Amino acid sequence: MQRNVLRIVYPVAGAAIIVLVWHYYVVLMRVPVVVLPTPLQVAQAIVRRSEVLAGEAWITALECVYGFLLSLAIGIPMAVVMTYSRIANLMFYPLLVASQSVPKVAVAPILLVWFGTGMQSKLAMAFVIAFFPIVVDTATGLRSTSAELLELARSLQCSRLQTFFKIQLPSALPSMFSGAKIAVTLAVIGAVIGEFIGSNEGIGNLLLTANSQLDSPLVWASLVILSVLGMVLYGVVVLAEKIFMPWAPDASARH
Amino acid sequence: MKASEDSGRKRAAGTPQPFGRLVNVSKSFEADGHSVLAVKDVSFQFRKGSLVSLLGPSGCGKTTILKIMGGLIPASGGLIEIEGKPVTRPYPGVGVVFQAPTLMPWRRVLSNVLFPMEVLGRNDARAKARAYDILKLVGLEGFERVYPRQLSGGMQQRVALCRAIIHEPSILLMDEPFGALDELTRLEMNDLLLDLRRVTGATVLFVTHSISEAIYLSDRVVVFSKRPAVINLEFEVDITYPRSPQKRFLKEFTELERRAGIALGVVK
Repeated sequence: MQRNVLRIVYPVAGAAIIVLVWHYYVVLMRVPVVVLPTPLQVAQAIVRRSEVLAGEAWITALECVYGFLLSLAIGIPMAVVMTYSRIANLMFYPLLVASQSVPKVAVAPILLVWFGTGMQSKLAMAFVIAFFPIVVDTATGLRSTSAELLELARSLQCSRLQTFFKIQLPSALPSMFSGAKIAVTLAVIGAVIGEFIGSNEGIGNLLLTANSQLDSPLVWASLVILSVLGMVLYGVVVLAEKIFMPWAPDASARH
Repeated sequence: MKASEDSGRKRAAGTPQPFGRLVNVSKSFEADGHSVLAVKDVSFQFRKGSLVSLLGPSGCGKTTILKIMGGLIPASGGLIEIEGKPVTRPYPGVGVVFQAPTLMPWRRVLSNVLFPMEVLGRNDARAKARAYDILKLVGLEGFERVYPRQLSGGMQQRVALCRAIIHEPSILLMDEPFGALDELTRLEMNDLLLDLRRVTGATVLFVTHSISEAIYLSDRVVVFSKRPAVINLEFEVDITYPRSPQKRFLKEFTELERRAGIALGVVK
């Protein structure tokens, strides 16, 4: 009980220290608001512009979620094919790895040409950046199935489908979820990059606009909202992990 | 197989119709471009309902023999028969137990035990009742709904034993099933296995590197050399069942231990 309380008290105290240092640095050094607003000014901006922020955040959130879901829908089957077809693996795995050496930001203008300035180009960007960890971690998970369990399946003359759905897929779940946790945070980055390159909506766009208008409190407010968005999406994946893998030891208890 | 042959337990090897037999079985593996001989000209046979231990040093190839018997890997040469039929691939009625419990962490204990019934399409109320029964038999009553990670290694291996016999296999292949357990748990598990075997009547092939475990459990012990596995010694254990820990101190028991020790080169 007491340990649980401390788990909350310490992080809050840590954040409070940072905020105080930030506040007094700005006040005592007389930093202009354009360079760095005080935490209070940022909070005020969040409250005053809450409607705009919420609306834009919703758009960015949708871009992230759609991009992330698309990366699951394409990444997982791709991993399955590359795990079970040696030829597909030899043909495409090196290409997949090589494709990761291309800086993802550089792809954004192309996606803009293909999909326009609407939501599609943003979710495409989120997808492009999020799907790699999904493919790699799903493939790793599928390959790490215990050899003994596979032998058990063979001794019981399991069909390939039975072996896949009853043994290999559940074996891969922990690895798939660690991939998904990385992917969902990358999806946020992808969506914001997409909005930076060409958009007239979303938090990334709001941030750029505020920046050009030297509205620093709103820039910082957008940043705060983006980090909250990232944490919420991550939390949803962690929650899904708990629901789909009730057998797994509690992640927070391990650290 | 007639039931009358079952009662012939006292008879020595070479009964007219053995349950299973291996004739000049060899196995070689490809490693780094050249082949390594793991098993060389192994021949032995066993009766229905008997418990046969394959005893040998670690890595001698006895596990390979077990997998060949289960049709899990093909032999490079020789003949393997179960009930008169050649074995080349997996066949029905086989139960397996490994050194590690290898349970599915995502399934609760009951569902782990029922896994074979599920894939065989026999997961009905009777199967469930039987699962409860055998879990009770191994002392895991009340643990049906927990996940494997909440159990100790010994308890997990008991679950694995239940899973191996739930579908009433006619042959049970056990690969050093108690090798990873501490000595006290291991002695307990030995008695448990003998109980289970009485209940199921399955023929058991038991791989171990423990001399006393082999003798304590078995009707018959086959002693292997270092790799490639060839048979150094074969003997019947003429100690009546049910076996109990006191019988470990019988003169016959220690004499067999000495003979097996000599065959393994650990007793001069």
